[in-house]
Amino acid sequence: MVIQTQGLSFSFGNQQVVKSLSLQVPAGSIYGFLGPNGAGKTTTIKMLLNLLQTGEGSIHIFGQELQTNRISILSQIGSLIEQPAIYHHLTGKENLMNRALLLQVGEKRVDEMLNLVQLTGAANKKAGQYSLGMKQRLGIALALLNDPKLLILDEPTNGLDPNGIIEIRELLMKLVGTGKTVFISSHLLAEIEKMATHVGIINNGELMFQGTIHDLQNISQPLINIETDNTVDAANLLKRHNFTVTDINNDHLYVPFTSKQQVGEINTLLVQNNVTVYSISKQHKDLEKLFLDITKSN
Amino acid sequence: MKGFVLSFRSEFYKSRKTMGFWGAILLPLLISLLAFAIFFTKSEKFTAMQPMGLWVQFSMIGLGMMGTLLLPMYTIFIAYSVNNVEHKADTWKTIFSLPISRWSVYGAKFVYAVFLVFLCLALFALFTIGFGNLLSTLKPELKFNEYHMEVQLMQIYFKLFLSSLGILSIQFLLSLLWADFLKPMGLGFVATIVGVTAASKNWEYSYLFPYAHPMVAITTMIKQGDKARGPVRELQIDMFTKDVYVSLAIAVVVFIAGYFIVRKKSVK
Repeated sequence: MVIQTQGLSFSFGNQQVVKSLSLQVPAGSIYGFLGPNGAGKTTTIKMLLNLLQTGEGSIHIFGQELQTNRISILSQIGSLIEQPAIYHHLTGKENLMNRALLLQVGEKRVDEMLNLVQLTGAANKKAGQYSLGMKQRLGIALALLNDPKLLILDEPTNGLDPNGIIEIRELLMKLVGTGKTVFISSHLLAEIEKMATHVGIINNGELMFQGTIHDLQNISQPLINIETDNTVDAANLLKRHNFTVTDINNDHLYVPFTSKQQVGEINTLLVQNNVTVYSISKQHKDLEKLFLDITKSN
Repeated sequence: MKGFVLSFRSEFYKSRKTMGFWGAILLPLLISLLAFAIFFTKSEKFTAMQPMGLWVQFSMIGLGMMGTLLLPMYTIFIAYSVNNVEHKADTWKTIFSLPISRWSVYGAKFVYAVFLVFLCLALFALFTIGFGNLLSTLKPELKFNEYHMEVQLMQIYFKLFLSSLGILSIQFLLSLLWADFLKPMGLGFVATIVGVTAASKNWEYSYLFPYAHPMVAITTMIKQGDKARGPVRELQIDMFTKDVYVSLAIAVVVFIAGYFIVRKKSVK
C-alpha cells in the first residue's frame, strides 16, 4: 500500500470533519477520492501532507509513519491542493525554477515539465496572465517536478472546460503507465470513473465505500427500464401487482431487476392491461446515480 | 541547514521583482539623493559650517527620517511584503509540504526580512558616505574632506538596525497570521505613533516599547562625555543602550514563539 491510514480523525473545534478514516491506496493505482463538497476531502489530503496535525489515528505512506519520516516521505510526493499555488508576478518558467531551486532539480527538468504540460510557448509569460486551464497545468507541472512516486491532486479539474479535463485525464493515465500512484479527489464521479482503478467515497467525513471501480459497478443493482405510452398508469398498475417502482419520469419507469422471468411477467401484465410498451430492457444503474445514492443514504 | 539556504535563496528569487526588495535599495538611494541635492543646490548656506557639523547636518537628513517614522514603517512594510508573497499566491500549503523542515522554511523567511532591513540601512550608511565624498569633490568649498565619520555612521545605522528587530519580529508574526493588509499595517502604524510620541516626550519607560526603539536609538546614540571638557571634538557612539537589548530580546522571544504558533496553526 502506498497510502494506509487507520482510524484517521480530525476536528475543527467541536465539529468533527473526518471520522475514523481507513484508506488503502495500492501502488500503481489511480485512486479516486470522491465525495460532495464539504465532505472532508481537502482536510484528509492536508493531513496526508502533514499540513494539519492529525487528531487521532495513524498515517503510513510508502510504509513509513508520516510524522516521524516527514521529510523523506514528502520528497517522494508531488501535490496540488485546491487552486494551484502560483506566484503571479513570476513567469510560468520562473515559478518552476523557484520550485526547482528548492527541490534541487535542474533546469532541464523544468523544460521537460513545461513541454509535458504544453506550456513551453507560454513559459515566459507572467503566470498571472495565464488562463485557468494553463494555471492548472502549471500546477501539475509543479507537482511533477521532483518526479514523485505519489501524486496527490485535489480537484485538479475544477473550473476546467471539457477539453482541459480530457487533457489532464490523458496526462494522468500516461503517468500511471510509468509506475506512479495517483490519489485524486473530486466531487464528480463522471470525471473519475473513466480513469480510476480504485475508488473511495467519503461523505460527512466518513468513508462510505472503498474498493476497485469494478466492485463499485458490481454493487450497482440492475434495473428494468420500461418505456410506455403512459408511465403513470403503468406505474400504478405495477404497484397494484406488488412490483416496486424505483423511479418514474415522462417516458420511462424503473423496476429493480430480479430475473428474466420477471421481465416477461411485467411485459405481459402491461400489455394485457392495454398499456403500449415501446421498449423494455435490463440496465445497470450508472455510477453517477450510485454515487449520489451512497452519499445521500447518510 | 541546507534547507535553510535553499529557502533563503528561494526568498530572494521570489522577491527580486517586488517592491519589497527594491524598496530596500530605492529608499536609501532616494533619501540620500535628496540630501545630496539640498547640499549641492544650496551649498552657499553650508560653507561656513565646521566639517564635523557639516557631516552631522548632512547625515541627519537620512537619520532623522529613519529614526522617526520611516524605519518603523519600512520595517512593517518589509514584514508584510515577505509574507504577502505567499498569502497572495496561496502558497503556504506548498512551501510547508516541501521536503524541507518547517524551521528552515519559517527561519529563512524571517532571516530574509531581517536581511532586507539590514540591506536598506547598510545602503543608507554607504550612500551617505558616498554622496558626502562626492559633494567634497564637486563642491570643494564645503569642507566634507576635513572630517571623517564613516565608522560612526556605520555604528549608528547598525544601532538602528538592531533597534528595528523588535518591531520586525512582531510585525512578521502578525503579517504571517493575517492575510490582509489592513490589520498588521493598521496596528503597526498606531503602535508606531504611540512609540514616537512616547520617545519624543522622553517617557522614561519608552525603552521597553519596541515601536519607540528607533527613535530612542537616535536620541541615545551620542555617548555622554564629561561636559566640563568643553565642546565635543569627537563623536562617540553608544551602541548598546538598554533599548537595543530590549529590542533584541523581543526579537528572539517572538521569533521562537512564532514558530510554535505557526506549527499549531493549520496551514490554509
